[in-house]
Amino acid sequence: MPNLEHPAYPAADLLHLESLVPCRESQVSTLLSIFGERQQFSFPSIFIYGHTSSGKTYVMQTLLTTLQLPHVFVNCVEYFTSRLLLEEILIQLQSCSGTEQTSVHCDTLNDFVRLFKQALASQELQDQTLYIVLDRAEQLREMEANILPAFLRLQELTDRNVTVVLLSEIVWELFRPSSGCFEPFTMYFPDYSIGHLQKILSQNHPPEYSADFYSAYINILLGVFYMVCRDLKELRHLAALNFAKYCEPVVRGEANERDTRKLWKNIEPHLKKAMQTVYLREISSSQWERLQHDGGEPGQLKGLSAHTHVELPYYSKFLLIAAYLASYNPVRTDKRFFLKHHGKIRKTNFMKKHEKTSNHLLGPKPFPLDRLLAILYSIVDNRVAPTANIFSQITSLVTLQLLSMVGQNDQLDGPRYKCTVSLDFIRAIAR
Amino acid sequence: QQIQENLNKQLLDNLVRFLSRSHSDFQEKTTKWTCKMKFREIPTAALVLGVNVTDHDLTFRGLSDVLQDNITPYVALLEAKDCPGIKNLMQKLMGQLMNCDIEVDSMEDEDCVQVSQNRIRCSMPSLISWYESVTKKTDPETPSKKRNSSSRHWQSPPVVVVFKDMESFTTKVLQDFIVISSQHIHELPLVLVFGIATSPMIIHRLLPHSVSSLLCIELFQSISCKEHLSTIIDKLLLTSQFPFKLGEKVLQVLTNIFLYHDFSVQNFVKGFQLCIVEHFYSQPLSVLCCHLVDVKKRVYSLSHDQCENIRRLPSFRRYVEKQESGKQIELLTNDSFLKEETEKLLEDLHAYHENYVSILRCLHVFTSSLPKYPLGKQIRELHCACLENRVWETEEYESSLQLARMLNKTDLVTMLQQCVEILMSSSGKEFDKTVEKVKEFLTQFQNLEAEASQERDVSVSSQKELQKKTDLYHLQKTLLELKESRRSKKLTKFEMLRFEVVDYIDRLVRKYLVPADNRTLHEIVYFNAATVLRGHLNAAPRTALHTALNNPHWYLKNQDLKCDGGGISNKAPDICIVYKLHLECGRLINLVDWLEAFSTVVMAAEEPNADAASSDQVDDIIHARFIRAVSELELLGFIKPSKQKTDHVARLTWGGC
Repeated sequence: MPNLEHPAYPAADLLHLESLVPCRESQVSTLLSIFGERQQFSFPSIFIYGHTSSGKTYVMQTLLTTLQLPHVFVNCVEYFTSRLLLEEILIQLQSCSGTEQTSVHCDTLNDFVRLFKQALASQELQDQTLYIVLDRAEQLREMEANILPAFLRLQELTDRNVTVVLLSEIVWELFRPSSGCFEPFTMYFPDYSIGHLQKILSQNHPPEYSADFYSAYINILLGVFYMVCRDLKELRHLAALNFAKYCEPVVRGEANERDTRKLWKNIEPHLKKAMQTVYLREISSSQWERLQHDGGEPGQLKGLSAHTHVELPYYSKFLLIAAYLASYNPVRTDKRFFLKHHGKIRKTNFMKKHEKTSNHLLGPKPFPLDRLLAILYSIVDNRVAPTANIFSQITSLVTLQLLSMVGQNDQLDGPRYKCTVSLDFIRAIAR
Repeated sequence: QQIQENLNKQLLDNLVRFLSRSHSDFQEKTTKWTCKMKFREIPTAALVLGVNVTDHDLTFRGLSDVLQDNITPYVALLEAKDCPGIKNLMQKLMGQLMNCDIEVDSMEDEDCVQVSQNRIRCSMPSLISWYESVTKKTDPETPSKKRNSSSRHWQSPPVVVVFKDMESFTTKVLQDFIVISSQHIHELPLVLVFGIATSPMIIHRLLPHSVSSLLCIELFQSISCKEHLSTIIDKLLLTSQFPFKLGEKVLQVLTNIFLYHDFSVQNFVKGFQLCIVEHFYSQPLSVLCCHLVDVKKRVYSLSHDQCENIRRLPSFRRYVEKQESGKQIELLTNDSFLKEETEKLLEDLHAYHENYVSILRCLHVFTSSLPKYPLGKQIRELHCACLENRVWETEEYESSLQLARMLNKTDLVTMLQQCVEILMSSSGKEFDKTVEKVKEFLTQFQNLEAEASQERDVSVSSQKELQKKTDLYHLQKTLLELKESRRSKKLTKFEMLRFEVVDYIDRLVRKYLVPADNRTLHEIVYFNAATVLRGHLNAAPRTALHTALNNPHWYLKNQDLKCDGGGISNKAPDICIVYKLHLECGRLINLVDWLEAFSTVVMAAEEPNADAASSDQVDDIIHARFIRAVSELELLGFIKPSKQKTDHVARLTWGGC
């Protein structure tokens, strides 16, 4: 029994569509009822939002292509300026109407509306609704202020049968410009539940194995990974990576496809290992595959975070330590810590404890260059000549992002720096 | 001098060869990745290069050259400072890719026109269409002319984008670029290379998980710069091929700069080049610093003045004094005799170098494995120690010999074998005997081993005997005997040999590792002016400025300015007077007081006639001079106007806090 019913489209197409978009039937049927028939004017702008990989882009694309609705699909990250975006829309429009390619120049929205009308007039699309889908629409906010409101009421501006669909991961409230604009029809795509994920992932099983076998595998996979990751794309990636390992006993003939328990025992530690490495991209997937092939231990392959040690020149180390001290110690303790004859240390144990925790929670404070050098001179044993080499090392530390400069305006008068590395890093260096 | 140019070239060649070697394994990997691009991951290489940023440029240039030769013509190098936004990045990328395309088939003019048109729209689709057109275009051409190039690059070569300094890129630009390119990875085979100076953790810090999951990162660690340095020293200094040598102090200065300051191999090489220039410039006899083949010719073309120069060399004078009186006169008066003698001496020096290097390596084999490294872990430290003075007189040498006497047999044997290899590979003729001797030691050790096994048999048998006997007295006796025999035998056989070996090494060292200062004519090839070099390389801006202002005579060379002690001369430039006065003040300087003091100093000379005028009113001209000097100081960054008090300025340098 087909869930999707619409008088304007043939039932076979709808059935096909339904098989392509599992677990999203209700959203699709809402969309279809909004779209109406081909020649009917639809809602001027629709805003669809939902979490990462909840199928927004995929549903829109399959919907528009299977029903063969005229549409333009643009990713706003890719066309990062308004000019590129508008030109891309026009180019796609030309190609979908089948007219010959001419170079398009479109700098402003005014031009766009004019050229858009021309493009629509030149083709037979006039009696159908044209859909413009803007993926990752949150980028629109960073373009010129008039782009977003204009897209929202493009139907009105061009006086043509056009609907703009905005796809985004954030809610409409964060979009709404202060000057007010046309309110689009908003629609929410909820996250897939574990059942949905199971259904979707099991759908594309490899042809040489049965669907049941694969869905059992997916079940195990979800059991391990569902706690940390609900991203469909990521899960699919992981499923593909680890399937070969899962099949291994079957290939060797030690277990048959029904022997789920045995297979589970085989794969479970492997998956856990994968969770620690591949999922975090500690080691790349190609390395992982090679590893599976050789059957070696992942212990030999060090992940990205294993190489935390940074080799620094002698004085750079001291500079960095001095910078750290200057960032996290208050100025008034300098005299006590770095001077040889500093007099009596008053009993401020309670105070000190209190300070220490708060200092590390507050983050690094900026300090002037002179203070850094003074601390450096006091922590290095032998004399240090204030040569240009030392100063150039400070700037090279800044380019390495181990220090950062604060307040760029008065470089001559007394630059101030901040230390941006963590205590662990300093500990490793100080060893 | 042409030799020097030659040297530089060889030096750079060495470097490039070195770099290409370190990246050879990397290229193999790139070819593998591009074959298996699944999902939407972009193959990425994270290249951890260490903190010596100055060297990276050369590395990347070498890398891109190698890539262009072997894998793909499409390599783009991106720097953070060129790409503040995604737009600039794309522009830069397209520009570089399309330019390199023009280089590939430069004959087609229409292509250039297309490129200039394309440049208007810098976006991914245009890049893709360009890529398609290029790959299609080269396909039909391959049979006709580009056979060899097509065999090297395959059908669809990957586009390699190198991010030179990953740390400096802004997060957003990188994220956007990765997201965009991941969408087109199927149409455009892209490979990213991140140059990372610190640690690979920076990738996680810069990119959120949603972006980094689009990458397929593999890590490559380039060798550490310390190792790099030691190979360079190995190749340049510890060979007899280059006639030019560094003195001990100079080498010390160069390595100190390297270790303490920048880790930059390039700077080290530059310092080395500076030494060469300085040596050839300052030492008139440096003409003789050349390969042995040319020495004869050059010696005979020496002029009389140059001969006199040779006679004036301290090491040569020492040499002359040791000769008999007749020969002394000959040497000091007869030029041609001197030339012959010089040639002989230079040949001696060359032979000395050859012997020196190989024996040094042998000694290094011994000392580098000792606990606590009394003579240093690296061969350069040993080299320095040997250059400095007679190495066998130092305490460290004594202690290392002591330790060497306690080595176990397997270590000793492997060391001796290494020594044999080193000695065999060196070209010196005198080493035949040495090699034989060392080999003899080795055979002795082997014999010893055989004996030892026999001995063990004996002891085993005696133990069996021991088990048979149950008498307590006999047992005690045999035990004692056993113990004694074991001790005495082991001591005699193996340890004697060990002592012999160590003594032999000691003799070798005493014979060959004589410091170069003791050799005649060492001034010709050794550069020893460490102070000059330090002055050139260790710039000290603050000190220089202080000397210039405090003691203008140092730079201006004007006799009048020579000041005596702490007094402030009024003949000095105004700014010097102002500077000296300001040194006496505290954090905040009262301008009025300062002016007062200034005018007193200046007026000191013209005291008698200007007495009346200056008593209460400062001269306008002096006022103007003062203001100018103060503003000059402000420009130099010594003072700045203070907001606390209007008529005061704040000091910015020493004593400020």
